[in-house]
Amino acid sequence: MPSSEQNGIKSWQLRTRPEQLLRWFFWLIGIAIFLFCWRLISEKTIWMFVEDSPRQAIDMAERMVPPKWEYMGKLWIPVWDTINIATLGTMLAILIAIPIAFCAARNTSPSLTFVRPIALFIIVSSRSINSLIWALMLVTLIGPGVFAGVIAIGLRSIGFCAKLLYEAIEEIDPNQVEAIEATGASKAQKLSYGIVPQIMPAFAGISVFRWDINIRESTVLGLVGAGGIGLQLDSSISTLAWTQVSLILIVILGTVVVSEWVSAKIRHAII
Amino acid sequence: MLRIDKLVKQYKTGDIALKGVSLEIPKGQVLALIGPSGAGKSTVIRCVNRLVEPTEGKIWLNDLELVSLSSAALRRARRRMGMIFQEYALVERLSVMENVLSGRLGYVGFWRSFFRKYPQNDINEAYRLLERVELDHMADKRADELSGGQRQRIGICRALIQNPDLLLVDEPTASLDPKTSRQIMRLICDLCQERQLAAIINIHDVHLAQMFAKRIVGLQEGKIVYDGPPDSLTPDVLTQIYGEEDWEATIEEVEDEEEIEIAMETAGASS
Amino acid sequence: MTTPTQRSWKLQPFIKNPTLRWTLWVLTAIYLVLAFGTMEINWDRVAEGVTRSQRFLAAFFPPDFISRWDSIVEGIYESLWMAVTSTVVGILLSIPVGLGAARNLSFRPIYLFCRGILAVSRTFPEVILAIFFVKLFGFGPFAGFMALSIGTIGFYGKLLAEDIEDMDPVQAEAIRATGASWLQWLNYSVQPQVMPRMIGLGMYRLDINFRESAVVGIVGGGGIGATLLTSFDRYEFDSAAAILLVIIGIVMLVEYSSGYIRKKVQ
Repeated sequence: MPSSEQNGIKSWQLRTRPEQLLRWFFWLIGIAIFLFCWRLISEKTIWMFVEDSPRQAIDMAERMVPPKWEYMGKLWIPVWDTINIATLGTMLAILIAIPIAFCAARNTSPSLTFVRPIALFIIVSSRSINSLIWALMLVTLIGPGVFAGVIAIGLRSIGFCAKLLYEAIEEIDPNQVEAIEATGASKAQKLSYGIVPQIMPAFAGISVFRWDINIRESTVLGLVGAGGIGLQLDSSISTLAWTQVSLILIVILGTVVVSEWVSAKIRHAII
Repeated sequence: MLRIDKLVKQYKTGDIALKGVSLEIPKGQVLALIGPSGAGKSTVIRCVNRLVEPTEGKIWLNDLELVSLSSAALRRARRRMGMIFQEYALVERLSVMENVLSGRLGYVGFWRSFFRKYPQNDINEAYRLLERVELDHMADKRADELSGGQRQRIGICRALIQNPDLLLVDEPTASLDPKTSRQIMRLICDLCQERQLAAIINIHDVHLAQMFAKRIVGLQEGKIVYDGPPDSLTPDVLTQIYGEEDWEATIEEVEDEEEIEIAMETAGASS
Repeated sequence: MTTPTQRSWKLQPFIKNPTLRWTLWVLTAIYLVLAFGTMEINWDRVAEGVTRSQRFLAAFFPPDFISRWDSIVEGIYESLWMAVTSTVVGILLSIPVGLGAARNLSFRPIYLFCRGILAVSRTFPEVILAIFFVKLFGFGPFAGFMALSIGTIGFYGKLLAEDIEDMDPVQAEAIRATGASWLQWLNYSVQPQVMPRMIGLGMYRLDINFRESAVVGIVGGGGIGATLLTSFDRYEFDSAAAILLVIIGIVMLVEYSSGYIRKKVQ
């Protein structure tokens, strides 16, 4: 007990001594792990480069200004591709995520012992693997281009959308569903009158939210050849065309800011 | 003891909450501040400890002028004023004891408070107060495990452990049931008497105010419209404060507390 | 007696204004046509991909952990170190930024400055940051560590600031009224309110950082990504499958343990 009485003096501490020692012990372990990891990273680092990096950074920044504005003409199509990758990828993901979410939600899954674990496994594997890795795989399998990017974004987003969606389905108010059931509605009617109206706002929110993330992610897919503005970024960096690089960064910044603004507007309009 | 002189508060929105309020409260007096919502009751007491910055006017606590204090001096002055809140305002994730001891924050240094190593005197005082409100067995419970009435009593302990000269009490009974409300009001008044504390109690329940306070101040649209003993609070005065309404039932002479309690309970049972 | 009039009922469409509704439909249709039209799909290549995909899927049964085991272990270790250090450093740095970016805590100039830091560090994906850090610090985990740390600042700082803005102002006011100093006020009213969620988010970020650490390797930032890239480049699908399974396994492990910790602190 944190409160104790000794010789008539009541003392109070937040934690008892063993609790406190345990806490210190955990802190110690945490710090030890951190230092251990740090040492291993530090071993693999050439500190001379790091010390030199401020000068390098300034040098790089100097070579980046002014951005080569006339290069913009060649960037419109990549930007268009980037947006398409994000949009079409999100649509693809949502189409696949909806049935998976219904299979994964405890209250709507057709079978808890068989279907639900499979759905959960699909969700976890899709979420564990970054879209860039999906893109890397798909470029190897179906060749470079926007199509690989769309599929990569789609595959990565299935898990994200399905997870948030099935959590929303599990949180619905069962009374409303019961009330619909009590009218003698069929399974499909129960779904469309009892469940869908309840998850609609969450669903719309999730889609827009993911679209916003996907814009950001699709800017880099080009690095492995899956289309979009990343392709130009990669080639500009490898040819050391720093003024083009800075322009591309500005364009990415602009695209992301605009997409954030759009998604905020849409979410505001829906909710 | 406390002297408020021509207090004016204009919010950023342009609303003028107080239009020159002057009040003087001697040591040991319990004053009830009544008035409709939006009359400026909360603003008055929040100006006193400057949780709200007054626009104009002066406030003296003993010989100390509060409005012109610098932030460090203000902190020292706040130690002399205990505040009790409407929704108890306990920090819900801290234990009861931590909540009570947080009243000593103005007196102890940062590291002491960070490691919860309070002086033994403070801990003794905390236990004394908890015993006084009959909650010493709850010391190690988390604040969100307590009922409303218990929370408010802990709130009172937190205010009193500051060893204040003045209590600022903001709607102490607004979220409590009638019986607990009376117990809390009685507790506050008893404690004020025991310790010779002055208190300003904001309260919207005229009946409770009449029952417990020796002096009543009526506030209407930021101006004082009544200042006097509870028994000369006539229907005319109430109409002036609150507007037209049948007041006879509200100010029915209160003879015996016991009787009211029974009357209330039977009313509750019949409804 | 009058005959009861027939009243028809139709579901109100979500967008009430018909012109707006139809314009939106038409615009969506045009967009889709354009988007699909400009997407050049090389169907021969895709068809070829089908057989490759079959080979790739077959590689999962069984995956080959053995032949590249050493580099897998090294890559995974590097990824884990990067994830741990960047989470710790990123969170430590994000606390002051997050406090400064909470509107109810700081002054206008500080608020704008901190929000600016958060916005910039959130805009660029970790991979782009990693490209530049590889240029600056050379190949290896340090570049990845820096990229992930900065990503963490943007993520954690923003959520911290939002959490502080959402806290119960009355509890904070009560502590302020006791005459507490600013630090005491943080410790007694802000910290208890935001801590449980922030611990959970910290674990979540560790999870994200591990996943991202697999990616920064593709551009030379150390970690498992480099190993994965090599095995794809050499069409060693069975090793790639092994690496992917290891990543999925660790992510699941981190996710379950973070879920457990989150449940404990709440």
